[in-house]
Amino acid sequence: MRLVTLRAATLRHSGAPVLENVDFHIDRGEIVTILGPNGSGKSTLLRALIGALPLSSGTMEKVADLKIGYVPQKLHIDPTLPLTVRRFLSLPKRISNAAAQTALEEAGVAGLGQRQMTQLSGGQFQRVLLARALLSRPDLLILDEATQGLDQPGSAAFYQMIASVRRQLGCAVLMVSHELHVVMAASDRVICLNGHVCCEGAPAQVATAPEYRALFGTGTLGTLALYRHDHDHSHDAAGHRHPGTSCDHQHGHSGEPHEHA
Amino acid sequence: MNMLDDFMVRAALAGIGVALAAAPLGCFVVWRRMAYFGDATAHASILGVALALTFDVWIFGGVLVTALLMASTISVLSGRGYAMDTMLGVLAHSALAFGLVAVSFLQGVRVDLMAYLFGDILAVSRMDIAVVWSGALLVLVLLWWRWSSLLTATLNPELARASGIAPQREQLILTLALAIVVAVAIKVVGVLLIAAMLLIPAATARNFSSTPERMAVLATLIGMVTVIAGIAGSFHLDTPTGPTIVSVGTLCFVAASLLALALGSLRRKNPQR
Repeated sequence: MRLVTLRAATLRHSGAPVLENVDFHIDRGEIVTILGPNGSGKSTLLRALIGALPLSSGTMEKVADLKIGYVPQKLHIDPTLPLTVRRFLSLPKRISNAAAQTALEEAGVAGLGQRQMTQLSGGQFQRVLLARALLSRPDLLILDEATQGLDQPGSAAFYQMIASVRRQLGCAVLMVSHELHVVMAASDRVICLNGHVCCEGAPAQVATAPEYRALFGTGTLGTLALYRHDHDHSHDAAGHRHPGTSCDHQHGHSGEPHEHA
Repeated sequence: MNMLDDFMVRAALAGIGVALAAAPLGCFVVWRRMAYFGDATAHASILGVALALTFDVWIFGGVLVTALLMASTISVLSGRGYAMDTMLGVLAHSALAFGLVAVSFLQGVRVDLMAYLFGDILAVSRMDIAVVWSGALLVLVLLWWRWSSLLTATLNPELARASGIAPQREQLILTLALAIVVAVAIKVVGVLLIAAMLLIPAATARNFSSTPERMAVLATLIGMVTVIAGIAGSFHLDTPTGPTIVSVGTLCFVAASLLALALGSLRRKNPQR
């Protein structure tokens, strides 16, 4: 069952187009991961889906009464704001102690209710954010780089948790991530963004796509390439959308010597 | 109502009214790091006084309008990526300077500038008390009504949007509340010290609070006690009342911070208790 469908959507950020001509959909129970370099429009797409950013053009269809649970990229809590985990879960709607307890257990942080948010470790904090997102029994769980700042074992554990939440609640999961190997293992479908949809499909399929390799390289080096890479490629004149895996960018690779004699 | 004939009682009532609204609003000012914002809005109100005297309109109205204009201007500018601390510093002090210059043009009217700069709480009338309490109750109702949304928007704008809350609307409500508090507090503590009434009780209460609600309630109590102690102190010491209230508040803040430090180190030494 289609939960959300975007057709030919263009999104602007203070006038300039960030994403152009995006077709996107997500089905119930699916785990979809969005990959892309910084500034490629990943967070912009999520903001449009939660309704924080209107479409400049194109259409968005959501099923009636779609409940979205949102885990933000990072949440800085000012140290002047006293806030227990329990109180945080009751924002903005008050919830029962039983519901709070269940959500904390589901996210693997039962027993932290009376702790101050500012005293939590990075991993605990992300799990509390997840618990809050689970309170509304969402149909769609959206995570914006939820494992930023966690170490390798921490983020691996977090993704396992997401997978088990999906099994328990049957919700769809849409997440943005930079951690390629974990993402590749945990996703049903991967979407590669760079101002438009570069390529998409099953992880194995996308990993071998030339567009993906151009953006991220291959193997372990891929993670490094992500940060070293220049994205000054030019798009073809035909337009910006490149259906399937047939986009023909000329990627400029700063790390690779182009001119061999 | 013979009691209201006593100027000390009138002063206490007016002061408590201001503390009632300023302290919980001050918590938001602290949480959202809007201290300078409050300062700029308060300083701009001296311009409102000058304009009201020039056009011979109700001073409360003039102050309310300029405070609102100033607060909205800052709200709009803050979304545009200017260096806000510089911007607010410029606005706060230039508003005060222009206000003072404008007041000096008023010939024929003898203006007691000190009364507006530092407040004149001992001279409040029954009418003033009515205005202060109406404003304070209005602010309390606003905060009570929007509490959960305000708190969510303060925590994180994206999180608020995902819950169907418009952060800009909440910002507007705080702006409006701030303008009202400034307008009613000008008579009590004056434009230079209004920010202190917002910040000091909230900062004092932070030491002993585990939830936002507790901090707001505690700040309100601290604010009210500070006002009463300040008025009594100024009577006995024959000192200006507004500054005495703020001084008492600061002493409370220092004492509370030291106490919190002591309790904290005690807890670390005896973790089993």
